[in-house]
Amino acid sequence: MLTQALFRALDKKAIWVIAIFLAVAILVPMANLLIPPGQFGHVPTYLVSLMGKYLAYAILALALDLVWGYCGILSLGHGAFFALGGYAMGMYLMRQIGSRGVYGNPNLPDFMVFLNWRELPWYWQGFDNFWFAMAMVVFVPGLLAFIFGFFAFRSRVTGVYLSIITQAMTFALLLAFFRNDMGFGGNNGLTDFKDILGVPVQAQTTRVTLFAATAITLALSVLVCSAIVNSKLGKVMVAVRDAESRTRFLGYRVEYVKLFAFTVSAIMAGIAGALYVPQVGIINPGEFDPANSIEVVIWTAVGGRGTLIGPIIGAIVVNLGKSWFTTTLPELWLFALGALFVFSTLFLPKGIVGLWKQLLGRRRKPVDPPPSTPQQSADMEKGEDPATFDTGIQTRPAE
Amino acid sequence: MTTLRALRLVLLALPFLLISMQTARAQEADIPALIQAMGEANLRELGQIVTDLASTGDAAIVPALQALADGNLYQDDSSGAVVIQRGASHLDPLTGEAVDLGSDADLSRIRVNNSLRRDIASALAGMTLMSDNPGTRLRAANGFLASPDPANMPLLDEAIAVETNAEVLRAMQTARALTILRDDDAGIEDKIAAVPLIASGAGRGAITILTSALNTAPEEVRPAIQSALSGLEQERAVWGALQNVWFGISLGSVLLLAAIGLAITFGVMGVINMAHGEMVMLGAYTTFIVQLTIRQNFPGLLDYSLLIALPAAFFVTGAIGIGIERGIIRWLYGRPLETLLATWGISLILQQSVRSIFGPTNQMVIAPSWMSGSFEFYGLSITYGRFWIVIFAAIVFALLLVVLNRTALGLQMRAVTQNRRMASSMGIRTPFVDAMTFGLGSGIAGLAGVALTQIDNISPNLGQNYIIDSFMVVVFGGVGNLWGTLVGALTLGVANKFLEPYAGAVLGKILILVLIILFIQRRPRGLFALKGRAVEQ
Repeated sequence: MLTQALFRALDKKAIWVIAIFLAVAILVPMANLLIPPGQFGHVPTYLVSLMGKYLAYAILALALDLVWGYCGILSLGHGAFFALGGYAMGMYLMRQIGSRGVYGNPNLPDFMVFLNWRELPWYWQGFDNFWFAMAMVVFVPGLLAFIFGFFAFRSRVTGVYLSIITQAMTFALLLAFFRNDMGFGGNNGLTDFKDILGVPVQAQTTRVTLFAATAITLALSVLVCSAIVNSKLGKVMVAVRDAESRTRFLGYRVEYVKLFAFTVSAIMAGIAGALYVPQVGIINPGEFDPANSIEVVIWTAVGGRGTLIGPIIGAIVVNLGKSWFTTTLPELWLFALGALFVFSTLFLPKGIVGLWKQLLGRRRKPVDPPPSTPQQSADMEKGEDPATFDTGIQTRPAE
Repeated sequence: MTTLRALRLVLLALPFLLISMQTARAQEADIPALIQAMGEANLRELGQIVTDLASTGDAAIVPALQALADGNLYQDDSSGAVVIQRGASHLDPLTGEAVDLGSDADLSRIRVNNSLRRDIASALAGMTLMSDNPGTRLRAANGFLASPDPANMPLLDEAIAVETNAEVLRAMQTARALTILRDDDAGIEDKIAAVPLIASGAGRGAITILTSALNTAPEEVRPAIQSALSGLEQERAVWGALQNVWFGISLGSVLLLAAIGLAITFGVMGVINMAHGEMVMLGAYTTFIVQLTIRQNFPGLLDYSLLIALPAAFFVTGAIGIGIERGIIRWLYGRPLETLLATWGISLILQQSVRSIFGPTNQMVIAPSWMSGSFEFYGLSITYGRFWIVIFAAIVFALLLVVLNRTALGLQMRAVTQNRRMASSMGIRTPFVDAMTFGLGSGIAGLAGVALTQIDNISPNLGQNYIIDSFMVVVFGGVGNLWGTLVGALTLGVANKFLEPYAGAVLGKILILVLIILFIQRRPRGLFALKGRAVEQ
């Protein structure tokens, strides 16, 4: 069964993607460590961390694509799972500081000493153990997604409504984590990390290792996603995306399919967050901002949803653009991002990947939903009914 | 009275009166003599003089007694004259005219102690109880309420007998009741009868007065006090709840204003307009510009700048809305999730545009004079700003109902919504209707922006603060139903204000969000869901 799944998963495209990221996981660290600074081919350490950050974002985008591109669930709260994973990692890193904090308290992080707390809250217990923390990285986002998804899918909250309540979920978490008495550092979040697994976080070798770990995790995520979407379950997911009611009438338990995709996706997002935190050195409630979650959606949309490579390309391209704009023309970044949103929804319904395929003239059987071009929309507007969804104004007759 | 006036005339012949000072003490009504006697009296004699003066009942002695209590009454040792010192000048205690004491004046203060001050206070209260001015009488009655003394009972009874002003009468009766309650000699029956009078008459102070009386009152009276107290506590809880309801309604009407435009674009057109908050923000900036223009060119119209800004904001944001619909959204009909992304992009562009033009700092819109201050409505304190916003929200809601149900555009909007192809076949220009609907929704967001200038900072982020709440309102109320939006906004507003005291503002908001998420599980299509086949995809 497992070998079968793996066999199916490793179609030609997935093999290429996985091979590329495994190569990156080896080549970039080598270029950093073996080629001396100043020489051609050397990759500076800061750049390694930056690329590691992008790859963590790519995992997050891939996770979102699994639910949005393949299962039709547009989650506007995936940043929440990412941030929860990040906080679990941050808590472990906080505990590793030990007595080296500003207040030198061996048991309590600085912000707790500052708030005059006497002892560690119960939910911080065990986070000095790396493996417990890693388990929590998987468990907490997974559990939240499971509970949330269980209720939402069971009562058939779909489409826009689901998007909006996922946004409400991440907004509620944002407000909660901003509170000082939550015990997660409030506004400042968790920062000032020293050690990870006994080695300094800031050391060159650690950063390079973290990068390699991120690249390998990304390759593994592609493998897992590929296995899922190429399995029979994956086909049902696509069926749910394209015609949910029909799939239900065929006898599939749609809610369980969705719940599975949602939970797996949340776990992937949590792992991405855990890899992100030690590389950027901070996790704060800003990660719960609904705007962040929506930005993830645009990475996926720009790259091309419903494909495995699309969200990865999207995340890397958009974030490269962000880095470039915010250093050279900081004023223009929001204009560029906004224009990107509008442009990609209007002209790139299938993203960069779709455009690439179009340019090459290779018309394969589309994995995406049937393309809805501006021309079609215009036709609809001229009198066709565009509303496959509920547009009902209250139908009270005029007296 | 005429004799008194005559006496005052006599006062002008002061040297003569000084000679007869000793004999004057025997005559009760000889006010100038009594006042003059204050200068030589010791504390004990002063008390007698104050009582004597009080018994004359003449309002003319009030300034002198007041000055004595305040320590402003002096005697000139050289001439023996008693004067009030006010700043650098000296006044005659009875006439209030300035007195020139000459260069050899040697003033010494007439000493008072606390017990004397109390005597003076109650004497003054008794005096002023008979004043011609109702305000003065009310103050006097409240003075008795503050320091009840059985000795003043006859005075109070006398005043009550002739009192005509209902408010003053109530204060006097309350004071009398309190005096009875405190009087050890009064009968138990009288005391029990006095308790409800205090409870109803003493206003916000009643709880404090009764609580302190509870400890000293005799055993038999306590149950009555206790029941009155619990009644008062209940009353206070009711008023507190009503105050909360008012705050909730006021918050709810703000939510309603922000959400109702969204209800049109989201509910009627199926467009998830994430740029809706930015329309609100643009409305606020329009108000700012209008006020700036008016202040520089027509300062006389400053009080009406908000009224002028209303149509301006409506048309500015409405026009921008129509532009967005024609330029972008019309290509995306039938793909609600894509409209969400595109309009989010628009919102980022609008935010950054405003930030580039006006800067990231907060701007100010000054409240017109008719919107500042507050008024009392029974036990509620209501600020005019909030009051007008509630009224404004109600007007906007009513107008919108009229537009949707009574106008040609409303009819066409509903027709297009229900069956686009049929409407098109009947000759309705559906693209025009779409543009107008979106323009209407955006214009109303602009109106909300005008209202929000009165309670929030005007910054490029203004819209962001309301967009999630607005979506919650629309989703909670049920899409495509204005009444649902109204109920949703008010429910969320009131629920928020009731949760705040228990959970704090932030936790209250989290609770509301969680409750809405749970509610959506129960009713996935909101409070007032549409029924029928059209609902299912």
